Amino acid sequence: MDIQAIPRLNKESSRHTKLVDCDVHVAPVAADSIAAYLPQRWRHHNARFYRTYQGDFYPRRSEYGERFDAWPPSGLRPGADLDFLRKQHLDAWGIDIAVITPITHPSNQANLEFSAALARAMNEWQLEVWLEREPRLRGSILVPTEDPEAAATEIERWAHDHRFVQIYLYAGTLEPIGRRRYWKLFEAAESNRLPVAMHFGAAGPHAPTGAGFPSFYLEDHAGASTMFQDQVTSLAFEGVFVAFPNLDFVLIEGGFAWLAPLMWRLDAAWRKLGGEVPHVDRPPSELLREHLWYTTQPMEEPPNPQHFSAILEQLGGDERLMFASDYPHWDFDAPDSALPTSVTPESRRRIMGANACRLYGLELCTDSKGNG
Amino acid sequence: MMTEGMVRERDLAGLSPTAHVIDTDVHATLPSVEALLQYLPEQWREYVSLWGSTYFFRPSQISYPPGAPTSRRPTIDPNSTGSTASGLAALRRDVLDSWDVSHAIVSCPYFVDMFHNPYVGEAMAMAANDWLLAEWLDPEPRLRGSIIVPASQPAMAVREIERVGGHPGVVQVVLPVRSARPYGNAIYHPIFEAAAAQGLVVGLHHGGWPGNAPTGVGWPSFYIEEWVGRAAHFQSQLMSLITEGVFARVPDLRVALIEAGWSWLPAFLWRFDKDWKGLRRETPWVDRLPSAYVRDHVKLTLQPYDGPSERRHLELLYNQLDSDELLMFSTDYPHWQYDDPADAIPPGLTDDALTKLLYLTAREFYRLEDA
Repeated sequence: MDIQAIPRLNKESSRHTKLVDCDVHVAPVAADSIAAYLPQRWRHHNARFYRTYQGDFYPRRSEYGERFDAWPPSGLRPGADLDFLRKQHLDAWGIDIAVITPITHPSNQANLEFSAALARAMNEWQLEVWLEREPRLRGSILVPTEDPEAAATEIERWAHDHRFVQIYLYAGTLEPIGRRRYWKLFEAAESNRLPVAMHFGAAGPHAPTGAGFPSFYLEDHAGASTMFQDQVTSLAFEGVFVAFPNLDFVLIEGGFAWLAPLMWRLDAAWRKLGGEVPHVDRPPSELLREHLWYTTQPMEEPPNPQHFSAILEQLGGDERLMFASDYPHWDFDAPDSALPTSVTPESRRRIMGANACRLYGLELCTDSKGNG
Repeated sequence: MMTEGMVRERDLAGLSPTAHVIDTDVHATLPSVEALLQYLPEQWREYVSLWGSTYFFRPSQISYPPGAPTSRRPTIDPNSTGSTASGLAALRRDVLDSWDVSHAIVSCPYFVDMFHNPYVGEAMAMAANDWLLAEWLDPEPRLRGSIIVPASQPAMAVREIERVGGHPGVVQVVLPVRSARPYGNAIYHPIFEAAAAQGLVVGLHHGGWPGNAPTGVGWPSFYIEEWVGRAAHFQSQLMSLITEGVFARVPDLRVALIEAGWSWLPAFLWRFDKDWKGLRRETPWVDRLPSAYVRDHVKLTLQPYDGPSERRHLELLYNQLDSDELLMFSTDYPHWQYDDPADAIPPGLTDDALTKLLYLTAREFYRLEDA
């Protein structure tokens, strides 16, 4: 299927709809591309001792979990060839802005100093190889999640550059993300007005479930929402959004249909056991509705499209849901078919771009009257 | 307060088109380890007495901190552990006699996998089962029993299922929902095979303390997180049972998810079905949509209710469940889930759905004789 030849989105009829893709994966052209940005001490370390300690050790349906048709003619791996990314993805679908999300995370290193060096190198690489060469791209600040003070330093390093629009974590942290040890990171995010985004994936060594290691990738992949549920629970009950009232938190590639049920469950627990967390002074759902954002892919797909509309209603609206394609991975969602046909045009406008414009402060969505 | 509650409970039962109620989750509270001593063989009786009963009591407290509001109804004195006889009397007063209960499924969530010594775990499970049979099922014909097993030692678990699973009052084997490996793993298959061979339901029940962190991201700070997070455990376990082909291997297996909540189920199945379509070549023995296995093999107990408080959202949720045969009524007695008995059942169910919830679904699932 030659998808880049068939741009199925009718740009004429939707010229007011801006298209923002909140999850486009980019990869280095070669194994040592990132190493070139490391100082000598860590370049040596990288060459001799590099390995990851990730727990999500499952084969991913295809090499690197990529779409078979996303291998560029150049022979580079998917997501590594900017020209092909433009042609197959940005141009083909008329994407106005794509937020890039590098395919590995520096927190997959147990050595915290190396993790910090790697984060800095990957951010420099992101800027030089991607953001400076393609104005439609926006970057994600990689941080050494498990050394929050170093993470704060890394955030300060890039916060002035508005091409970086968020701070980027993997969902698989060493401890639940709301715990105090991570608050330095949140402090830096809030004071720099940068959202913190959490993407599917285990950077650390834990089993992906609270019941140990499942046997199959299907469980790792479809079960990822349990990890997100645990992280959102931690954010709610540790009082992160009470302590950081201006912090935005984005859930990427975790699904979102589970969120309304989780909010009901959090509220039910809080009504009974809230005495354990007196710092949470409002129903958790209220806090989450004010601070959480979430992306579409991989969307839960109820067989009955009315049930999808019900999800948005139960979530309290469509103003926090943002389109993501997950290009170039096997479970990619195309912009023209990601949403069920039952979604109204106005809702579609918000989900496909306007919400992301609002969150990330992207100027392209602002009309002449200054309305987002 | 109790009198008023009982009146309200009778009223509620009167509203239903059937007089009968099956309560699928009540608990035999272990008053003390001493209650089990007479059921232990000499070697273990001496061991438990001499080495200190505090250690051996922990499994009954760890998942339900005794002082936590959810662990006991406000009418029950948290400082009084009482006796087995007073526990049974309270169960009769508050549940069996106050609703028109034809049957109640009783379990003792004393999950022995917490003991690092598997032999003492096996002995304590056997004693707890013998105590349940002798002091709860024998004197009270409306009770049906759930036995516990050393789940992390499948050979021992199978022996225990074969030892007491044939007792006419036993209808279920309960496994703690927390485990070191997901229950679909091949090491556990003999447990499911043995349960099905005895005609028993396997119930996954809140609780367990296998030593590994209760989330995929380490240890949370608060009990309230564990309370919420158990829904994620049930999701991981259900996904494992289906993906590993346990239902394909044991076609007449029935699994109850007890105290799991249930508002998460539709979203879980949408995602699971979708991913199965893309990844099913990895597990060719799963030859149907995951949701089809759930509809054929799985039921969930009603309390603790974790659905929305907004009526409109609840109605949408009923539609999303797409079945009125998944839920079974439960009080979760003596744990505290609602103040007013009128709140025991969420509103908005049709008469037909209510009859199924209160009685018919559980009667068929647990193969209980008609009241």
